[in-house]
Amino acid sequence: MRLITHNMLQCHVKNCNDNNFPLRLEEVEVELVEADFQPEFLQNIIGKLEWPAFVNTAVQLGNTNLPATIPDNAKDNEEFLKVLHTALLETHVQQGKMVCPNCSHVYPIKDGIPNMLLAEHEI
Amino acid sequence: MIPTPDLSHLNSKDFRNIYEPAEDTFLLLDALEQDQDELRALHPSICLELGSGSGCVTTFLGSLLKPSLAYMVTTDINPHAAVATVATGKKNGISIDTVETSLVQGLLPRMRHSIDVLCFNPPYAVTPSSEIAGNGIEVSWAGGIDGREVIDATLPFVKELLSEKGIFYLLLVSDNKPDEVVSLLQVEGFNAHICLQRLAGREKQLIVKVTRRT
Repeated sequence: MRLITHNMLQCHVKNCNDNNFPLRLEEVEVELVEADFQPEFLQNIIGKLEWPAFVNTAVQLGNTNLPATIPDNAKDNEEFLKVLHTALLETHVQQGKMVCPNCSHVYPIKDGIPNMLLAEHEI
Repeated sequence: MIPTPDLSHLNSKDFRNIYEPAEDTFLLLDALEQDQDELRALHPSICLELGSGSGCVTTFLGSLLKPSLAYMVTTDINPHAAVATVATGKKNGISIDTVETSLVQGLLPRMRHSIDVLCFNPPYAVTPSSEIAGNGIEVSWAGGIDGREVIDATLPFVKELLSEKGIFYLLLVSDNKPDEVVSLLQVEGFNAHICLQRLAGREKQLIVKVTRRT
């Protein structure tokens, strides 16, 4: 699971409606996997990210290179786009768990695949 | 021509647990290939497939869009399928993230109005309703009454997921009463039409193409 996917996942336990994003990463194993750098894609995807959640998650994983806010010149700022590329598309969480900050529900990550399934009584 | 994804890393043992690509899969690939110019011109940022099984469809779509890059993400309730989808992407040079979940659970509200290409080859076979529960290979085909139960449960999400420019490709068979599905989508305000159809044995398979009305 790349961090772009983590940025899309939200707790969906019944009645857990506030403060349920982003899921907190715990006990994770992270791998860096090189990927093609495509500025056009990054320029288009920035607007679809929850930026503070993304930055906080990267910091949890020890990556402190991302700015707290998206720079005004983001689309032409190659240095920024490269930092974004590494955090968003090259950082893979292989094992671990995602914990809801509100209800503490645990969603496991195994072999790079996050499991968002809930038991019948939790839906 | 866009190559059919290399699935040589999967064997007959894998296909005891996951749906093996068949005529329906290839019809969906053909629908995407038929629209390749339109799909490239769309410059999709996010492509989502529900129930990705072996990963054949999303891998094909990723290859079709090359050299442009999109965020390819899929879901499957079957853990074997989730693993296979990621592996098929990797084998063919396409990065795919797969979430083990039912349809889109956990992906909304974040993916609201974000999906530029949505694909779904649903469980469409007519079966007793009791067979649609579970997470094994049977849920890749068991569709309940008229084979429509999972399809009908998915349709309300289309409005939530599709971006302004988004396109949804849905595979159906004649048992699913496709004209009724098209009407349901049109009533919801979408453009919907059958863009491709083919006979597979006695079964007519078809692809419904859905866009927002502008």
